[in-house]
Amino acid sequence: MYQRRAEQLVEIKGLRVEDIYLSFGGIQSLVGVSTEILEREILGIIGPNGAGKTCLLNCINGFYRPQRGKIYWGDEDITHKPSHQIADAGIVRTFQNIELYTGLTVQDNIMAGRHSLIKTNIFLQGIYFGLAHSEEIKHRRAVEEIIDFLELEDARTQVAGSLPYGTRKRVELGRALAAEPRILLLDEPMAGMNVEEKEDVARFIIDIHELRGIPIVLVEHDMGVVMDICDRLCVLDFGNKIAEGIPTEIQANPTVIEAYLGR
Amino acid sequence: MGLPCGCYNTTYAKDMAILRTKTHWALLIGGLILWFSIPLWSSAYLLHIINYVGILIIATIGLNILTGYCGQFSIGHAAFVGVGGYTSAILTTNYGFPFLGALICAGLMAGLIGMVFGLPALRVKGFYLIMATLAAQFILVYIFGHWDSMTGGALGFHVVAASIGPLVFLNNRSQFYIIMIVLVLGVYFAQNLSRMQLGRAFVAIRDNDLAAEVMGISLWKYKIIAFFIGCFYAGIAGSLYVHWMRSVIPEHFSLLSSIWYCAYLIIGGMGTGVGPFLGVGLVVGLTELLRMGYGAVAGIFPYASVYFAAGNNMLFGLVLILFLIFEPRGLAHRWGILKTSYRLWPFSY
Repeated sequence: MYQRRAEQLVEIKGLRVEDIYLSFGGIQSLVGVSTEILEREILGIIGPNGAGKTCLLNCINGFYRPQRGKIYWGDEDITHKPSHQIADAGIVRTFQNIELYTGLTVQDNIMAGRHSLIKTNIFLQGIYFGLAHSEEIKHRRAVEEIIDFLELEDARTQVAGSLPYGTRKRVELGRALAAEPRILLLDEPMAGMNVEEKEDVARFIIDIHELRGIPIVLVEHDMGVVMDICDRLCVLDFGNKIAEGIPTEIQANPTVIEAYLGR
Repeated sequence: MGLPCGCYNTTYAKDMAILRTKTHWALLIGGLILWFSIPLWSSAYLLHIINYVGILIIATIGLNILTGYCGQFSIGHAAFVGVGGYTSAILTTNYGFPFLGALICAGLMAGLIGMVFGLPALRVKGFYLIMATLAAQFILVYIFGHWDSMTGGALGFHVVAASIGPLVFLNNRSQFYIIMIVLVLGVYFAQNLSRMQLGRAFVAIRDNDLAAEVMGISLWKYKIIAFFIGCFYAGIAGSLYVHWMRSVIPEHFSLLSSIWYCAYLIIGGMGTGVGPFLGVGLVVGLTELLRMGYGAVAGIFPYASVYFAAGNNMLFGLVLILFLIFEPRGLAHRWGILKTSYRLWPFSY
């Protein structure tokens, strides 16, 4: 199965996490977590706060290094790759506490997301006219498509530090999309939103999944959204994976009900 | 950017342009013509000051790229200016290098040494990086003062005049042109880099380096590049300085000079295009005003000019503190507000 990325055809791969052990001193964040994100699915990772969901995403991104275990991107072992190379490979995420570049405008933030795809060297960029200029226009066109898709037109030239929370979340999603990801890791994209805004974000996620055909990992607390849009769920509790399966199975699973969903 | 009424951006190229309207182009070309005609009508003293300002602006642009855009604080900038100065002086005076070759070599040497002293930036940030660059300042000045065989030690040496082919730049008038041409080229490159991928990567590192790494920006590569480019500009400025001053001694590149560069940047506005110009302009302008003030009261207090240096430092410190308290974004921010209010007057929205 192939997709178009930066004018090339690349294979759509799945992510496999094998037996991850992550600890900070005496605190065990992840204890033997194994899961797989198949090509073409939306995997939801749920669990109470402190279960290790964000830690798992950080391990995939190379931000934390697990003490034991491996992470496979297709057939490639990416456990010990530097973070920026993992991002270059197409594994892109959004953050739970929004991590935008507060000094740049919305447009520039999303352009910054295209960093891995811009190939002109520094000397050509300094001269500006010629190759660098035409490449910049090409990437600007792609950024404008994302701004159009996420309905960010009126915030285009505002500095990211001055934006309200909901708009920042969308810019964050836009920046992740700009990198033409081959897999998207979303960390609580609907935190702090009302029903209408959640419906908007859910619509964006489903559109991304269908238009780009990439696998998506969704860490979320809103059970309604998770049960509706995810193909499969993986439940974590205190660093252990306690269940994995389709939403209807998870809803009926007694361990999950005990630990997280409540009676 | 505030465009005049009726002026719309219909292509991406127009949206990205810095010189967007005919007025912009007219002002730039007119301004350049006026600027390059200065040696024809100005006094010798004013020309001397303008040359000095030009050299300082080139070095401050380098520091702006390093600290303003990339957020890597450096209090060793004058030492890198010195590296460029000594390299250029030694190459032209002792080895007969052509001036342009020595200029480029000075920039490259300062850039390379800047990269080496910038390696701590890969591990430490903020205050601790200032300590690391402070080490660069002291180590390099010590080398300048004690490597007698190469640098002439504490006494330094005289530098030959710059020459390109048959043209010899002996006086302030001719040096004006070489300094200003290098300044125009430097500003051109710096402005272009700041609005392209490199500038965005730098600002990303300044604002959120952890997210930048995860989003594909290699931190170590871009921090090292920032140090290289910043110190390259410093080296170029150093080379121009020694050929303008016609001598090179370690005192020219002291810690106080490094602090002045930081102050030019804070007063002018970090991470902006006009910041270096406004900062250097204000500080040097105030220094000259103070000098004229001391001259004016010389009739009443004949020995007042003895306190000029102390008065200068006190005024400079006061201005810096006032800016840090009341306008930490510098004169560039005030200039932006002025431009916007001029465009919007009499409406406040």
